[in-house]
Amino acid sequence: MDLNTLTIDAVRCAIAEGKTTATRLAESFYAKIEKEDQAIGAYLTISKDRAMAKAAQIDAMAAKGEKLQPLGGVPVGIKDVMVTRGVRTTAGSKVLKNFVPPYDCTAVARMEAAGAVVLGKMNCDEFAMGSSNENSAYKPVHNPRDLTRVPGGSSGGSAAAVASGMAVVTLGSDTGGSIRQPASFCGVVGLMPTYGRVSRYGLIAFASSLDHIGPLAKTVKDAAIVLGTIAGRDPMDSTSADLPVPDYVAELEKPVRSLKLGVAKEYFGEGLDREVRAAIEFAIQKLATLGCEIVPVSLPHTEYAIPTYYLVATAEASSNLARYDGVRYGHRAQSVRSLSDMYERTRDQGFGAEVKRRIMLGTYALSAGYYDAYYLKAQRVRTLLTRDFEEAFKMVDAIVTPTSPTAAFKLGEKTGNPLAMYLADIYTVTADLVGVPGISIPCGETREKLPIGLQILGRHFDEATILRLAHAYEQARKN
Amino acid sequence: MVTSPDTSVAARARYEPVIGLEVHVQLLTVTKIFCSCSTRFGEPPNTNVCPVCLGMPGALPVLNRKSVEFAVLAAMALNCRVNETSIFARKNYFYPDLPKGYQISQYDKPLAEFGFIEIKTNGGGSKKIGITRLHLEEDAGKSLHEGFPDAAEKTAIDLNRSGVPLIEIVSEPDISSPDEAYDYLTRLKEIILYTGVSDCNMEEGSLRCDANVSVRPRGQKQFGTKTEVKNVNSFRFIRQALEYEIERQIDVLEAGGMISQETRLYNANQGKTYAMRSKEQAHDYRYFPEPDLLPLVVDEKWKAQIAERLPELPEARRARMVREYGITEYDAGVLTATKNLADQFEEAAAAAKNPKRVANLVQSELLGRLKAKGLEIEQSPISMKGVALSADLVESGAISGKILKDLYDLCFERNQDFPAVYGKEKPQQITDSSAIEKMIDEVIAINPRQVEQYRAGKKTVMGFFVGQIMKATNGQANPKLVNDLLSKKLE
Repeated sequence: MDLNTLTIDAVRCAIAEGKTTATRLAESFYAKIEKEDQAIGAYLTISKDRAMAKAAQIDAMAAKGEKLQPLGGVPVGIKDVMVTRGVRTTAGSKVLKNFVPPYDCTAVARMEAAGAVVLGKMNCDEFAMGSSNENSAYKPVHNPRDLTRVPGGSSGGSAAAVASGMAVVTLGSDTGGSIRQPASFCGVVGLMPTYGRVSRYGLIAFASSLDHIGPLAKTVKDAAIVLGTIAGRDPMDSTSADLPVPDYVAELEKPVRSLKLGVAKEYFGEGLDREVRAAIEFAIQKLATLGCEIVPVSLPHTEYAIPTYYLVATAEASSNLARYDGVRYGHRAQSVRSLSDMYERTRDQGFGAEVKRRIMLGTYALSAGYYDAYYLKAQRVRTLLTRDFEEAFKMVDAIVTPTSPTAAFKLGEKTGNPLAMYLADIYTVTADLVGVPGISIPCGETREKLPIGLQILGRHFDEATILRLAHAYEQARKN
Repeated sequence: MVTSPDTSVAARARYEPVIGLEVHVQLLTVTKIFCSCSTRFGEPPNTNVCPVCLGMPGALPVLNRKSVEFAVLAAMALNCRVNETSIFARKNYFYPDLPKGYQISQYDKPLAEFGFIEIKTNGGGSKKIGITRLHLEEDAGKSLHEGFPDAAEKTAIDLNRSGVPLIEIVSEPDISSPDEAYDYLTRLKEIILYTGVSDCNMEEGSLRCDANVSVRPRGQKQFGTKTEVKNVNSFRFIRQALEYEIERQIDVLEAGGMISQETRLYNANQGKTYAMRSKEQAHDYRYFPEPDLLPLVVDEKWKAQIAERLPELPEARRARMVREYGITEYDAGVLTATKNLADQFEEAAAAAKNPKRVANLVQSELLGRLKAKGLEIEQSPISMKGVALSADLVESGAISGKILKDLYDLCFERNQDFPAVYGKEKPQQITDSSAIEKMIDEVIAINPRQVEQYRAGKKTVMGFFVGQIMKATNGQANPKLVNDLLSKKLE
């Protein structure tokens, strides 16, 4: 069995038909991780006890001939910003080095309830802050397609594990592009659902109004299966939407003919790599040949998205990260002289440079005398961005853009220049600010064989349409 | 009270204090405001906790609807306008008993605004003290400095209180004396107790008060620089702290100094306020809307449902009781001191044959005895039901007023309720009409002048005769029988 190409349905069939067992499958994944992850660095923690217990449960069901659940026996990885009861959860930070949560993230609990076998916790940028996974306090992740390059971030471990066959699917989180951009860099599918579609309960907060949980997978269908599993109202998250969850897999097969696709010139401007541009334009043509109507649209406030994002995200982060104070859990500085000394040294020792930079930026943006000029103004621009999309979606069913202006860059290439790093998210942050869903799917390669991602953005709570378009494109490209 | 010798009474009279009060009231919900942990007081430390109120990574708040209903009820009782939409905000600051590093509160869009409380002024009139706002927020935990092994070197944190729902009630600076502040707080507590949303127990911290105070020359419109007095745990101490602080500020100004805007702590033992270290008060709370909660919407329908549970408030109830039972305003005040007592009284009165007689007995027999013994009405040995029973016995003529007084005395002596004492001491009534008739004849024989008066039409003399018979029988003659026989003999 080739683990590198294994999909959810293939796993379920193999177990149901007795060709393998969940236990054997989990063991072979662990063997692969043991062998290959040294070079890649996708996993931070292995949860073998928990995985093998779940696998045994699935095997017992299969032995009795019971029908397997949608993810029955499927080996999955969870980005280390989602808490897992009894399994160390670090958020890629030293401040949570030995933190073992007492409860489970809702999305993880739903994955397991659907039969998933959680292999372990995926490496990521510290508190999901980064676009290259180089901000992990533990180790960088190497892009499986080219080990000298970054996998993207912040869900770099989640993307690299799927790309290298060390998990069938993984969960990531997206605050400014952290699912879609690494999916694009590693050549896999990454879906950010609508804000409110998936519960954030148990997701370690970076920026609460921007944080989304979503799947990374090899195929659009796998992403659809996982979304169907984790989506839906959760009484533990007030911002989760009380809306029915469609059968996303059934929706995939609906025709895409005559769907209107918007192309916004603002996403094809300066800074877009020539090869990426060519691949995207080729993909758009392909979608046109499938019967989609291509419509030029304008999203005039796009240029303000990055500054707006870095004000809102850092402001919320400065507050969300206040709880790491050394009082109740996580790292606490030793031999301190006073309470403020304890706070200062705990946070100085616990947080990395990028996290500190963002806490300071956010604290400044919320300070008395600056709030109106920064945070409040950013929220107003956010409203303008939302209107851009509302206007566009009056004319089109989805919008297609590049996921990232470039393919994967070299490790170390941008670490000295935070602003250049921030611009890696230029095409992804707006969807987070507006709350609309977005998917990145592979649409070609550069001459250096680096994957390129096509981004499709949809209306609020209309994941079905972007999944359907992505699926149609994926099938057309295969043939 | 601590007074300062170097400021003359005349100088003090030139200044006018301006006071505003911030009161925190814990709501009596069964569970916390953002999670389902119990709010019970006095449990072992850190037992009523969960990921949410511990501020664990990834945990999220979910608003307790009951806490909203309680807050709205309090807001209505305080004549506030309840905003249809209000917004929760994060108040950011570091403190070990604040698990998330921020408190979820409300800032520029509070739950309710523009209320008032009416207080009595010295002149016998009344004055409205404005309520700026009433908002919902969560309580913090507690720092413990004693009661555990290495308390000398360490501070422990108990997070049982973390997330208990609070309302903060902020007054306008309409209060112009420590006495008015005391009266405002007394009224506020009384009203909140009537709504039942809090027990307002200051010792357990379920009611806490901070005071903002400044002074200005009389006639000046502009406010002086204010100080905030914190850490005061009784209404009496607040009055004292304000008295001290007003004197202190006048002294500073009279000496040509300036008041510095600061937070001051009251030390009840010394009767003085002290400035907190300036470092601790240099706070910029960096408020911003709480992204984890949706705007709170209290629509007309919900508001109407809550309004149905609004009880008759103390002021209105007192006025009605004066009207209905013919008691004095003062006694109505005593009977409405708590909603429970007023309810007990009215329930007992309604069940009695003559509700007014129940009120009269409370007024004439019960309150005086309580006062003599130094007891509060809640500590009375005789319950309202007991008073009602005694009233019925007098009404039916089963016992006389004299016997009733004796029985009441016995109740107080033995600290027993009326039914118990009455059951045991049930007086042997003289119902033998021939014996009573004999006594009547004697009384008539020795009081010819009164007999003449009666027969001349002065029927009130009857009372005199009844009294004489009762005296002669030690109050044990059946009053109804005495009346009947007397009427017959005197006609």
